Amino acid sequence: MNRQTLALALAGSLSAALSAAAFAAPLSPEQMSGKEKCYGVALAGQNDCAAGPGTTCAGTSTMDYQGNAWKAVPAGTCTTMNIDGHMGSLEPM
Amino acid sequence: MSAFAATQADFAQALTNPAQPVPIGLTTTDGRNDPLRFAVYRNNVFVGLTQALAKRFPVTRRLVGEEFFAGMARVYADAEKPASPLLFRYGDTFPDFIATFPPAASLPYLADLARLETALTRAYHAADVAPLGLDVLSAIAPDTLPRTVLLPHPSAAQLVSAWPVGTIWAAHQGEIVGTVASRAAETVIVARPVMDVGVHVVPANHAGFSAAVFEGATLGDAAARALDSDAAFDFGAALVGLVSLGAFSAVRLNGEEA
Repeated sequence: MNRQTLALALAGSLSAALSAAAFAAPLSPEQMSGKEKCYGVALAGQNDCAAGPGTTCAGTSTMDYQGNAWKAVPAGTCTTMNIDGHMGSLEPM
Repeated sequence: MSAFAATQADFAQALTNPAQPVPIGLTTTDGRNDPLRFAVYRNNVFVGLTQALAKRFPVTRRLVGEEFFAGMARVYADAEKPASPLLFRYGDTFPDFIATFPPAASLPYLADLARLETALTRAYHAADVAPLGLDVLSAIAPDTLPRTVLLPHPSAAQLVSAWPVGTIWAAHQGEIVGTVASRAAETVIVARPVMDVGVHVVPANHAGFSAAVFEGATLGDAAARALDSDAAFDFGAALVGLVSLGAFSAVRLNGEEA
């Protein structure tokens, strides 16, 4: 495909997709907040969790048991989670 | 170095190294040099750092379990101290550490999962910028379209993973862990165009195009590469889809200043 043909093909494809989207306006707040159906698979999360640490002021009363023996085997949901029929502990491909 | 600066440096060093004695001159009111009192400060440093990691990496923690996570975080905190006083930035290099941490090798997706979690926090705290709208796309002249480059939104990150990290992450958003139906690779885009952080799995047949556009390829180059590997690639649908995620903030022509 030469440059001119590619440019025309791309422009045609974009214009078709834009009219399929039925608008050519800035995103509405509903779209941007994910309340409308969005492109790809939109995964729902708990947005407040994205703030990360240092955003609350909980005190520290836990003991750092650095000297204790540490079980060096992952033992969380990876032991029960089902990935395509396999348990979450997988051999690297 | 002033005497005070030297005292501070000694204090900071001894704080993170239990093998060092309590700094000279650091005493309780009765004049004693009290290792037990100093141990409280040492404890707070590591508990603070490992808890900061637990807050920032909740799904990573769930996957490996509390005990394993605490151990792994402790080893990391020993080697890496915060580079910024903003605690939510702590752990930017934790995913790279996980990738080379032998006890975590049985979970080959864990480092990418942690990368997704760092992207979420960064997106949340990124600068507020209006996202690129479809009106700007529709105003691009056909002959300049192939030379156009999209500039990623400050909150946006793209994670190209060999694992279904988006689906694994989503499976952990509820109390009951969901099933992950496929082991297929996923390209995930994280962006916060306005108030909420969005996590999106890019359709597999658009993943290569998306990766190229995010890396700054011109639309013409990215489209040509995508069409080479898939003659049915729909450029318009992919571009409109990516832009509608709010993952870009502006366009520029290749060769022009941003």
